[in-house]
Formats: sequence, C-alpha cells, structure tokens
Amino acid sequence: MTEPGHEPAQRMERLLKQYFPPTSTRPRAALERDLWPAMLRRMEQQSVAVPWFDWALLAALAVCLAVFPRAIPVLLYHL
Amino acid sequence: MPVLEEQSDVLQKFSRGDVDAFEELFRLHQGEVYRWILRIVRDPAAAEDLTVETFWRIHRAHARFDPARSFGAWARRIASNAALDHLRSTRAEIELSDDLPQAPQPDPAISQELRQKTAYAFSRLPPKLKIAATLALIEGQPYQEIADALDISIGAVKLRVFRALRLLRKTLKKQGVEP
Repeated sequence: MTEPGHEPAQRMERLLKQYFPPTSTRPRAALERDLWPAMLRRMEQQSVAVPWFDWALLAALAVCLAVFPRAIPVLLYHL
Repeated sequence: MPVLEEQSDVLQKFSRGDVDAFEELFRLHQGEVYRWILRIVRDPAAAEDLTVETFWRIHRAHARFDPARSFGAWARRIASNAALDHLRSTRAEIELSDDLPQAPQPDPAISQELRQKTAYAFSRLPPKLKIAATLALIEGQPYQEIADALDISIGAVKLRVFRALRLLRKTLKKQGVEP
C-alpha cells in the first residue's frame, strides 16, 4: 500500500506496523457478541429523552412564574 | 423470493422506518461495521460502542437512505464519521511507556525507543490524517475503499497519507530520529 514517498514511506510503514500491528493479527478482531440488545437499549433511552430546548423552555417558564406570581391565574385560564 | 429482491424489500422497508427491517440489516452488517471501526480506533470496547452509535445514526437517518444504493457502503461512511468524531473527542495521547503492544514478529533492526517515538508521533497526527494513514499504511486497505468510506476522492486519500507521513517524519526529527 506504499505509494507516496516510496523508500522513506516504506520504512515509515514498517515502523508503524511494529507498534500498530494490523487488527487482523490481534485478538478480538471479529465481533464476539450480538450488539442488538445494546442497540435496543440505546433506542429506548433516546425515545424517552427530552430535548434540551424543552428543559430550557420549562426553566424559563418557572423563572417567569417565580418573578411574576400574578401571572399564574392568567396562565391557568389560558390552559 | 430471490435474495436480491428480498434484500431490496428489506431496504425499502428500512427507508420507511420499519424497525424489523432495521434489525435485519443490523444483524447482517454489525460484524462488518465493527471490523471497519476497529481498524480505525484500534480498541475493541470503543469499536463496540461506536458500532451501536453508527447504527443509531443510521436509524435516525433512515428517511435519507436511497434503497437503490448499497447499504453496506452507506453504513461504512457513517461508521467512518463516527470513528472520526471519536478520535477528535478523545485525542488519545499515547504515553511513552514500556508496555507496548508487540508486532507478531518484532523487527530486531528497530529499537524499542524508536518504536515508542514513532507511536508518539503517530498519536500527534490530526484525526483526518490519522484515519487515512491507519487504513492505508497499517491496515493495507485499497485507496478506493478508503476514499468511498471517507467520502473523498482517491487523490485526497493519497494527499492525506502523504501529509501524515511528512508530519510523522517532522515529529520524529524533532525527537532526534532520522526516519
């Protein structure tokens, strides 16, 4: 796979392979377990997660109601 | 139903958001996606997490998938992006320790110190150059496959490998090594 640089590139490639042997020669090169359960957990977590913007909106509303408590009946009337 | 037609049916269903079709594609491609990510990040635990992250991105982007195209190639592109994000966020600095992974047959002409310095120089590479150099020089992947996975041209892959080599040599020279 050496193309750029030729001789020095080949030497560098040899050096790199000494420290980082190709993954095919290392243990756990292939997937040893089914990741579908982990995928399902991830999908469930994300489906119940509330976007950050919703939390920010809720916090802003709480602050508004704390500062202007008279707005509470008005808000309840409009709900 | 012929295999190709069946596969096309699964891809159609997946693009419409069918979870059963997604599961079928997940089970079919998880091993290949894991191996591709492992080649880049070189850590089995991180590769497993990133495989799930890749399929999560795939699941979210199902509506953008064109069933007429290859699912495997699309998954590999998303996996490469997930791996790149991982490299950017970790920016792992390899400490110069004595506990180095050994090649199956260590080259006696290359000293331990030189190996350590090379590893250090490699860890300093920008993530985009590191991915190209890892896949091309260490894993020996064809340039065309790397280009497809990174969604760039073959010329751009060669340029990144060239820049990675130049940067490696520069860092090694700073450490007093003439590669």
